[in-house]
Amino acid sequence: MKSFRKLTSKAMPLDRPNVDTDQIIPKQFLKRIERTGYGEFLFYDWRQDKDFELNRPQHRGAEILIAAKNFGCGSSREHAAWALSDHGFRCVISPSFADIFHSNAGKNGILLVTLPEEQVQTLLDRAAKHEDHQITVSLEDKTVIDNHGFSATFTIDPFRRYCLLEGLDDIGLSLRHESALDKFEQKHDAEFWVAPKPRETAKGSAHA
Amino acid sequence: MSGNPKTLFEKVWESHLVAEPANEPALLYIDLHLVHEVTSPQAFEGLRLAGRKLRRPDRTMATIDHNVPTTIEGRLKIEDMIAARQIDTLRKNCADFGVTLYDVESSEQGIVHVIGPELGLTKPGMTIVCGDSHTSTHGAFGALAFGIGTSEVEHVMATQCLPQSKPKTFRISVEGELPDSVTAKDVALGIIGRIGTDGATGCVIEYAGSAIRSLSMEGRMTVCNMSIEAGARAGMIAPDETTFAYLKCREFSPKGPDWDKAVGEWKKLASDEGAKYDRELVIPAIELAPYVTWGTSPGMVIPVTEAVPDPAIAKSDADRRGFERALEYMGLKAGTPIEEVAIDRVFIGSCTNSRIEDLRAAAKVVAGHHVHAHVRAMVVPGSQKVKAQAEKEGLDHVFRAAGFEWREPGCSMCLGMNPDILQPGERCASTSNRNFEGRQGRGGRTHLVSPMMAAAAAITGHFTDVRTWEFKKEEVLA
Repeated sequence: MKSFRKLTSKAMPLDRPNVDTDQIIPKQFLKRIERTGYGEFLFYDWRQDKDFELNRPQHRGAEILIAAKNFGCGSSREHAAWALSDHGFRCVISPSFADIFHSNAGKNGILLVTLPEEQVQTLLDRAAKHEDHQITVSLEDKTVIDNHGFSATFTIDPFRRYCLLEGLDDIGLSLRHESALDKFEQKHDAEFWVAPKPRETAKGSAHA
Repeated sequence: MSGNPKTLFEKVWESHLVAEPANEPALLYIDLHLVHEVTSPQAFEGLRLAGRKLRRPDRTMATIDHNVPTTIEGRLKIEDMIAARQIDTLRKNCADFGVTLYDVESSEQGIVHVIGPELGLTKPGMTIVCGDSHTSTHGAFGALAFGIGTSEVEHVMATQCLPQSKPKTFRISVEGELPDSVTAKDVALGIIGRIGTDGATGCVIEYAGSAIRSLSMEGRMTVCNMSIEAGARAGMIAPDETTFAYLKCREFSPKGPDWDKAVGEWKKLASDEGAKYDRELVIPAIELAPYVTWGTSPGMVIPVTEAVPDPAIAKSDADRRGFERALEYMGLKAGTPIEEVAIDRVFIGSCTNSRIEDLRAAAKVVAGHHVHAHVRAMVVPGSQKVKAQAEKEGLDHVFRAAGFEWREPGCSMCLGMNPDILQPGERCASTSNRNFEGRQGRGGRTHLVSPMMAAAAAITGHFTDVRTWEFKKEEVLA
């Protein structure tokens, strides 16, 4: 996983509440079996409107997305995080994020910064208004500043921060506990009289 | 029970803790991993690339539901080559990693959240995950069940556990008797209308109260299914006699003495008297009505007797802009009574409302009537078993005679990954769970309703208060 330390970039404002993952990446692009190549389909339906923020030259190359509250709600599709990342977004700033999206973003090295609604509104307005607007997000310092005098600090779960700073792979981290896992599983399997035991193959007996 | 009183959630959480490393999320053991074609290919590929094994194939189960066509001809030869490749990829992955697959032609195939409970794989006290946000459905059995992303799917495949921060608890009690024709779907929509689509973010909801207790398992699944639409991590309902009666004799339910032992354990799961929740909400059942969503978020919902609201009532500027945008997308004007809104399509199906009880309720409304001339209506049973049961009861005849299409099981028009989609501008009364822009097809307009309300709208051609419905031919369904 890519690590995230500090980023200075233009920002794209998306002043809409409850942006769901169906908007971030519509269903017709979920049939692919790859993890890459979703960037060109990011916000596909909204993008058909020439005036949509993603199509405006002033936001081209933005690596920071600013969004209204409850960003990433709805479907669990990680394709939403893949599409954002593949398009070049490395950080999203919003008053709040949906839980599953929050987790998916972290697994893809995307930093989610939560700031109070008024502060996010200030950034949304400035990013829309000032062509030279730039934001610097530092995960090391937990700060967001812009080149028009905005300055704020944010809080983040310390473990999430550590993983992003180091770019750590989650599975490897869990496997540090493999002996505890083995022990737990042995006991749990023995106690757990309701452990599912699906048949070897469903296909063979399906019409039995 | 000694020590502090505990909630249902806390009991399940604590019995699955593998490790609690300092300053890190806890490592939670996962009892059952449900897999489908859309969110798994990249996870299997990740295992291969890292040279990792699937740790517990026996705790993993797969089916094909999201992108499969719902016509018999369509299933024989899937014309969408990308969808076909995704399905074939799941078949190969299940064969390679030893995972049980309920394939398209299996008599047990169906929507993953319908077949898990139906097979008795879903049980009280379990932890259940799936790369699908509606995994919350399984919480109806007193399981801790939640949706995960594909990286987490891979994580569970490799380790059978997940690092998880402990969510907050939120008890929502619906007290009293539900009014006539007010269904589980209306309970869910009524809750979301009150707390909003981010009202339970970071929380596990426990549904309680006499109205919840009175619901069947099908109804409880509908309520828990929609938890994610309120932003919740999961929804749970304590197991009781209704739960045990549903599970008894299911294929993967414990049998003989194991059954009695299991029920004994399951009875201990209910929240203890005096257990503390981070948040609480009580809703009198009498306040609930049949609902219709008018906008592009499940929280944009009104009782069927009301009019499309004015954006002026929005709580903030951002909300007001969201309202205005939704009205524009939906092609609606503030102040229009929702009953005057005409529809083009009806979809009865999805992991929210495609179980036998849903089809019975809809059939009861439909019996003796005919679908409106301007409406195209379809029923997509949640699973092969639901379909077979409905056909045994003659429900397919009721629907077909009324002019409904009777389809093969799958997710279908809930998310339109298969050929079942709305055309731009088409308006649909849908029993599914999301009315997001374009969810059922680009430019399509979705209104979420209960199966009875969808059936009534199919007949009259516009939203209709099912409480005033003239039921005919009830004997057909006796």
